[in-house]
Amino acid sequence: MKALAWHGKHDVRIDNVPDPGIVNPRDCIIKVTSTAICGSDLHLYDGYIPTMKAGDVLGHEFMGEVVEVGPKSTLKKGDRVVVPFTIACGSCYHCGKHQYSACPNGLPADNQDIAMELYGHEMSGLFGYSHMTGGYAGGQAEYVRVPFSDVGPIVIPDGVPDDKVLFLSDILPTGWQAAEYAEIEPGDTVAVWGCGPVGLFAVQSAFLMGAARVIAIDHFPRRLELAAKFGAETINFEESAVYEALMEMTGGIGPDAVIDAVGLEAHGLFVDNVVDQVKASLLLGTDRPHSIRQAIIACRKGGRVSMPAVYGGFVDKFPLGAFMEKGLTLKTGQTHVQHYMPALLNAIMEEKIDTEFLISHRMPLTDAPHGYKMFKDRQNEYTKIVLKPGMDQAA
Amino acid sequence: MTDASDLPKDDAPLAASKQGSAAVEAASGNVPEAQGAHITGRSVTINKPAEELYAFFRNFSNLPSFMENVESIRLHDEQRSHWVVKAPGGGTVEWDARVTEELPGRLIAWTSEDGADVPNSGKVEFKPVEGRGTVVTATILYDPPGGIIGKIVAKMFQREPAIQARRDLRRFKQLMETGEVATPAKNRAEFEEMGL
Repeated sequence: MKALAWHGKHDVRIDNVPDPGIVNPRDCIIKVTSTAICGSDLHLYDGYIPTMKAGDVLGHEFMGEVVEVGPKSTLKKGDRVVVPFTIACGSCYHCGKHQYSACPNGLPADNQDIAMELYGHEMSGLFGYSHMTGGYAGGQAEYVRVPFSDVGPIVIPDGVPDDKVLFLSDILPTGWQAAEYAEIEPGDTVAVWGCGPVGLFAVQSAFLMGAARVIAIDHFPRRLELAAKFGAETINFEESAVYEALMEMTGGIGPDAVIDAVGLEAHGLFVDNVVDQVKASLLLGTDRPHSIRQAIIACRKGGRVSMPAVYGGFVDKFPLGAFMEKGLTLKTGQTHVQHYMPALLNAIMEEKIDTEFLISHRMPLTDAPHGYKMFKDRQNEYTKIVLKPGMDQAA
Repeated sequence: MTDASDLPKDDAPLAASKQGSAAVEAASGNVPEAQGAHITGRSVTINKPAEELYAFFRNFSNLPSFMENVESIRLHDEQRSHWVVKAPGGGTVEWDARVTEELPGRLIAWTSEDGADVPNSGKVEFKPVEGRGTVVTATILYDPPGGIIGKIVAKMFQREPAIQARRDLRRFKQLMETGEVATPAKNRAEFEEMGL
């Protein structure tokens, strides 16, 4: 089959690789119909994630049609499913508490040591995101092997198009969880740093949860426009001073809750080179860890900080004093995708949440190498690329 | 020279001790027919009843399904078994093991018989915890032998046993909780190549 494989920094190719097959009893195989390139895929593309091997198949946002099932799968051939990017078993203590991204049973035992060293604990396995998250082949391919198919994938009713539901795999639940973690109360003002896909879904979610005002912060005009479309007020940090603007816009109080959807953007796990990443960011002037510092400084006293943004290693100059003195609360973590999927699917079908607005480009899987380059170099117009393996056959 | 009386008077398990030889001495007092001058230990919580876990483990022919380095276990009788274990570099090491104590649902202890390539002893305990399943704790004492094989084995057993024990226990957890052991293999052919 054809698949998008990583070969090194800024080197991804369409390779012919062996077809996947059932290995464990709860597996299924899906034929991919839609798969997106995630912002965190760019960190693989840029060579920042260790434990990648040449030939690794990327992609963790995907959906498709079930074509083969193991004896313990509950899916049927022909089911259309969206697959969560976190590989979780559904039967351990953490899954019992719906903390799916903490499930230790989807990450092969030999791959757990790095996270144990770095974080003190292992995390869940992920699709297409290096060997420390399991070395699973990802979804930017014609076919994928999906473990724990009896508890992970969600079946999509007939007639609901791919583009409406694809983002259930990652970024929609991630944005929703970010807003939930901000513990929004009616009448609150919520500030969101970063208007990438997660930030934009956090904006929509915050309004649905009762926020009176949402203030979105970014420097790409196109992305700020999208936030404004959902009713957010905007701050372009290249044009205005963020802290001063937020204080003035809230009458000197500060936002009740702040959401950092910038960070290092990755779902993956950075090691020591996170320091280099930070330095590189500073040189480029994007000053990424700055977002969490700024969020903490701007947040009102007694407010809430939600951090969907991933910080994989160590961050310098964390304003611990401001955090303590103002009595803030911080909630963060990888997304417990499986927990949110059913309710969010309903919200999509009831047209409460708009997902398709995000997609700026659709292309065949075989154009993926070009897609990566565009997504990296032209972030203003390329907000989201969806790859369609079926377009290859059609062409 | 440290002895057991030098051990800190805290509640930490012996495997976490910073005083190796004193910990081995103290652990030896808790393992029947103990032998081995090195210690490793590891606990894992498994969301299943102790009886179920014990029953699976006590059937030693099940162990290779999650113990990566165990090539085979041949049962002589209820108490005695022959172990063939992979060593780095392609060789194997072997020993006969004998069950020295068993408390159904709670504990299995063993020791290796004379002539073992790697003299060892230990115990696996199963302790129910309300709402969480069972804490399974392995305590292993072992003696890396001398000689050339010793170098290979030492590499495996001085540096690796803690890693091996924790990986095996993780796989045991996965198998018991999910019915399968997690693997990134894309298909059966790749799985056969990779192993556990």
